[in-house]
Amino acid sequence: MSTVHTHAGHQADTHHDAHDHHGPEKGWRRWVFATNHKDIGTMYLLFSLTMFFVGGTMAMIIRAELFQPGLQLVNPMFFNSMTTMHALVMIFGAVMPAFVGLANWMIPLQVGAPDMALPRMNNFSFWILPFAFTLLLSTLFVEGGAPASGWTMYPPLVLQTGDAFPLMIFAVHLMGASSIMGAINVIVTIMNMRAPGMSLLKMPLFTWSWLITAYLLIAVMPVLAGAVTMLLTDHYFGTTFFEAAGGGDPVMYQHIFWFFGHPEVYIMILPAFGIVSEIIPTFSRKRLFGYDAMVYAIASIAFLSFIVWAHHMFTVGMPLAGQMFFMLATMLIAVPTGVKVFNWTATMYKGSLSFEPPMLFALSFLFLFSIGGFSGLMLAIVPADFQYHDTYFVVAHFHYVLVPGAVFAIMAAVYYWLPKWTGHMYNNALAKAHFWASTIFVNVLFFPQHFLGLAGMPRRIPDYNTQFADWNMVSSIGAFGFGLSQLLLVAVIWQSVRGGVKATDKVWDSGMPHGLEWTLSSPPPYHSFEVAPEVK
Amino acid sequence: MAHAHTTHAPADKYYVPHGSPWPIIGSVSLFTTVLGAALWINESSSGPVLFSVGLLLVAFMFAGWFGTVIKESENRFYNEAVDRSFRMGMMWFIFSEVMFFAAFFGALWYARQYSVPWLGGEGVKVFTNYLLWDNFEAAWPTNGPGDVGGDFETIPAFGLPAINTAILLTSGVTITIAHHALKAGKRGMLNVFLALTFLLGFTFVFLQAEEYMEAYQHLNLTLGSGIYGSTFFMLTGFHGFHVTVGAIMLTVIWIRCLRGHFTPTHHFAFEGVAWYWHFVDVVWLGLFIFVYWL
Amino acid sequence: MLKILKCAAAAIAACLPAGAAFAAWELNMPVGVTELSREIHGLHMLIFWVCVLIAVVVFGAMIYSIVKFRHSKGAIPATFDHSTKVEVVWTVIPIAILVGMAIPAAETLIKIEDMRGSDLSVKVTGYQWQWHYDYIDHNVNFFSRISRDSDAARQLNSGIDPTSVENYLLEVDKRLVVPVDSKIRILLTSSDVIHAWWVPAFGMKKDAYPGFVNELWFRATEPGIYRGQCAELCGYDHAFMPVVVEVKSKQDFDAWLQAQQAGDAPAAQPAAIDSQSDNASATTTVARAE
Repeated sequence: MSTVHTHAGHQADTHHDAHDHHGPEKGWRRWVFATNHKDIGTMYLLFSLTMFFVGGTMAMIIRAELFQPGLQLVNPMFFNSMTTMHALVMIFGAVMPAFVGLANWMIPLQVGAPDMALPRMNNFSFWILPFAFTLLLSTLFVEGGAPASGWTMYPPLVLQTGDAFPLMIFAVHLMGASSIMGAINVIVTIMNMRAPGMSLLKMPLFTWSWLITAYLLIAVMPVLAGAVTMLLTDHYFGTTFFEAAGGGDPVMYQHIFWFFGHPEVYIMILPAFGIVSEIIPTFSRKRLFGYDAMVYAIASIAFLSFIVWAHHMFTVGMPLAGQMFFMLATMLIAVPTGVKVFNWTATMYKGSLSFEPPMLFALSFLFLFSIGGFSGLMLAIVPADFQYHDTYFVVAHFHYVLVPGAVFAIMAAVYYWLPKWTGHMYNNALAKAHFWASTIFVNVLFFPQHFLGLAGMPRRIPDYNTQFADWNMVSSIGAFGFGLSQLLLVAVIWQSVRGGVKATDKVWDSGMPHGLEWTLSSPPPYHSFEVAPEVK
Repeated sequence: MAHAHTTHAPADKYYVPHGSPWPIIGSVSLFTTVLGAALWINESSSGPVLFSVGLLLVAFMFAGWFGTVIKESENRFYNEAVDRSFRMGMMWFIFSEVMFFAAFFGALWYARQYSVPWLGGEGVKVFTNYLLWDNFEAAWPTNGPGDVGGDFETIPAFGLPAINTAILLTSGVTITIAHHALKAGKRGMLNVFLALTFLLGFTFVFLQAEEYMEAYQHLNLTLGSGIYGSTFFMLTGFHGFHVTVGAIMLTVIWIRCLRGHFTPTHHFAFEGVAWYWHFVDVVWLGLFIFVYWL
Repeated sequence: MLKILKCAAAAIAACLPAGAAFAAWELNMPVGVTELSREIHGLHMLIFWVCVLIAVVVFGAMIYSIVKFRHSKGAIPATFDHSTKVEVVWTVIPIAILVGMAIPAAETLIKIEDMRGSDLSVKVTGYQWQWHYDYIDHNVNFFSRISRDSDAARQLNSGIDPTSVENYLLEVDKRLVVPVDSKIRILLTSSDVIHAWWVPAFGMKKDAYPGFVNELWFRATEPGIYRGQCAELCGYDHAFMPVVVEVKSKQDFDAWLQAQQAGDAPAAQPAAIDSQSDNASATTTVARAE
C-alpha cells in the first residue's frame, strides 16, 4: 500500500487549467471518438446499467411466468429464450462491462497514469459492445426466435436454433474481441504505466485483482471463440466436432466451453474482491489485514480456476478418476476464498466502523457471497452434486455469488467512487433505501430457490408441479421487489450527476482512503496524471 | 491528431492521442462484416454484398488506423514508454492467439484420447460400442463410426508438409537475418531478406492450397471427413489464414523499409511482425507433429 | 437437531408420492429409497452442518465487529495489519476440514461408480420429449410420455387449474417398472439432444446424450412409485418429460414382465425403436437433420 506525495495531483490540476485545449471535445465526437479513459469508463458503466435493465426485464418475465404453476404468459420456447438471453445479457452486457468501466475509470487513477496505455484500442473495445448486443438482441425478432438453448449453448440442442444461430455466434465473437482488447489494455497500463515507486506489492487491491482478471480474460476468451466457431462449422460446414457418428462428442464442447466458463466465473468475481478490499479498510479506518495474503489468494484462485472446469458437468459420465480430481480441486478453492473472507473480517476487527452506502453494500457482499460460497462447497461434493445438478439449488448458488456477490460489489464501487467521478456527494438517504430494499429482496428472491432445488425442481422449466408453488411465488415477489428497487440506483446516480454538495478530494472523511485516486480533485482533471506522482 | 504536445518536446510525455475516428469505423465495419456473414448463412441475398462491403471497410480501417500510427511514429510522438506499451500489447495479443489454437488442439487431443476410443468400446463407455456402434473399431485417422464423408486418405507427413516445414523454418531464419541487418544499419541486406521472408510465406500458402486441392480432388479428404477432416482442416485452415495475414504484414513492413522507415533502435513494428511470424512458425511445428506426423 | 431435521425430511419424502394438492413449504432434500441415496443425503447433511458451523463462527466474528467497533460509539482503530501466524492457521484448518469431507464423499462416489453385477438392464433413450425404455434382455420396450391430463392442463392458458390434476407434470402414460431389492442398471442414451434422467428418490442423475451410452444403477429397497423429471435443457418441452418409476415386488414384476411379453409390448411403436437402437448412424442423423 502506498503513501503519496500529494503535491503531484494538484500540480496536474493546475497544469490542466493552463491548457484548455486538453479538455474534452464538444458534442457527440467526445463520446464516439473518445480516447479518454474516464469518458470510455463512463460509457462502459452506462452501457452496463442499460443492459442490467434489459436483462432484468427478461428476469421479470421469467419470474412472472413462474409466479404460479401452469403456463399463463409465454410459451415454453420464449421462456427458454428468456433464460438464455437473460444470462448472456447479464454476463457479457452487465457484469463484465461494469467491471471494465470501473477498471477504465480507476486503474489509471490508482497507478498514477495519464490515461490507459492504448487509448484508441480502448475506444474500440467499448464501441464493439453496442454493436455486438444489437446483433444479439436482434435475434428476438428473427425467424425461429432468439437462442433458447441456455447461455452455455450446448450442442446438439443449440444446433436447432433458427436464423438466430449465426447472429448469436458472431455476437459472442465480437464480445470476445472486445474483452481481449480491454484486458490487454489493463495489463499494459498496470505493467507499464505505474507511477515511479509503485512496486507491484504496493498496488491497490482493485488494480491487483484486475491485473489477474485480465490474464484470465486473455487466456480464456479465445477458447470460447474457438468453441463457438466449432459450433458454427458443425452446423453449416459439415464438421463433426460434437457428433458421435463422425468420431466427435457433444461432451467435448462442454469441456472446451467450461475451460472458458470457469475462469469466466472468476472474471466476474475477482474484481469484486478487489473492490471490497478497498472499501472495508476505508470505513473500518484500519489498514487492510494481510495485504500480501490477499494478493496471493487472488492469484491462487485464478490458478485453480483453470483446473476445476468439469465440476460444471459431473453428470456427463466422466471416468471415476476425473470426477475425483475435479471434486478435490474444486474443494481446494474454498481455502484461498476462505483466507479472503477471514482477512476482511480481521480488517474490521478492532477497527472503527461507519456505515456509508458503499460499506453497507460491501458488508452485504461479505455475508451473502459467503452463503454462495457455502453452497458452492456443497456442489463440489460429487455424490451430492448428482442430486443438486441442474436444479434450482444451482440457480440459487450462482445467483448468490453473482447478484449479492458481483453486482453488489459493483454497486458498492459506484457508491464509493461516484463522488470522485461527478464531484458531487449523492443523496445518502436514497442510497441507503436502495441498499436495504436490494438486500432484503435479493434474499426473498434467491434464498427460497435453495429449498426448491433440494425438493427436486429442475432449472430452466417454465412450469412445475404444484408442490413447488409456494416458494416460487415467494421468489417471484422478491424478484419484482428487487427489480423495482434498482430504479432507486438510477435516481441516486442521476441526482449526483446533476449536482449536489461538492465532494472533497478525499471524499470520505474517514482519514483512511489511501491510494493515488484521492490525491486528485473531484472530479479529476481530464488527463489524470500528466506528471507522474511519486510513491514511497 | 497534432496538438500542443507535438510542437515542444513530444517524447518526454506519454503520448495520449485525442479523439480518433478509426475505432468506431472498426466497430461499424466488423458489425457490417458479421451481419453480412450471418445473413449469408441464413441465405439472404443481401448477405454476400454486405459481407464484402464489411471486409472492404475493415481493410480501410486497418489502412487508416495503422497509417495514423505510422505517421505518429515517424514523427517521433512515441517515447520509450509508449514503445513498451506496444510491445506488451503485441505479446499479449499473440498469447491470446495461442489460446485460440489451444482450443482446436484440445479438440484434437480429446478426440484421439477420449471420444474415438470410447466409441470403440474402451474405458468407461463399453456399452457405447456394444449398443450403438457394434462394428466400429477405434483407430486414427478416422471419420467416425458413421463413416461420415466416406473413405478418405490422409496427406503423408513427409511429403509436401515436410517441405512446408522447411519453408517456414527457413523464413524464420531469414527474418532473423533481416532483423540483425536492421540493427546493424545494413538497409540493402534488410530489404532483401525481408522480401525473401514474405516470399517464403506466400509460397507456403500456395503449397497449402495445392495440398487442399489434392485432398479434395484425389484423397476425398474434406472438412466433412468426420473428426479427422474437421480437426485437420480447421487447424491447418486457421494456421494458413494466420500465415497469410503474417505475410501481408511482412509485406507492409517491407514497403516501409523501402521508404526508409525504422532506425536501428526504433523499430517496434518490425519486431512485432517478427514475433507474430515466429508464432505462426511454432504453431506449424505443433501441426506438423500432431496433425500430420503422429 | 440433526435428527429432527432428518425426521422432518423423511416425513416430507413420505408425503411426496401422495402428490398434487399437497401444498408444501419444503426446505430440505428428501431422503431416498436406495442405500446410496441415503448415503448422499447423509453427505448433504454433513456438509450442510459443517457450513453452518463455519458460518456461525465467521458471521459471528463479523457481527461482533460490526456491533462492537463502531465509529459512532467512538471506537479507536487498532493499527495491526498482518500476522503470518493467523494466515497459516486459517489456511491449515480449512484444509483439514476439507479432507474430512472429501474422504466420505470419495467413498460414496466409488460405490456409485461400481457398475458390476446388475440384475436387470434397461436401455433408456431420451427423445424430444419422451423417454423410451427397452428391457434389453427381455424383448420388452415402450415409450413413456407425459400423461394426458397433465398435458392438457399445461398448455398456454389452458384454463385448467394445475392443482386439480393429480401429480401435475409428474405422471406418464406408461411407467418404467422394476423389481424391488435388485440392482437395476440404466443404460442411457439419446436420439436427438442431451437429456438427463433423474429420480430424486434414487439419488441418481445422469445425462443421456446422442451417440454414447452412460450408465447408472440403483437398488430400491421399498416398493412404490417414484417421480422425477428430465434435468437437462432439451428444448421446447423440456419441462414436460417426466420420469416415473414403479418399484414392484419381485413376483409382481415377473408377472408384469410376462404380461408385457405376451402382448402389450409391441403396441408402443416397435418399428421406430428397432431402427433407432440397431442402426446407430440413424440415431445421430436425427440430430443433424434438425
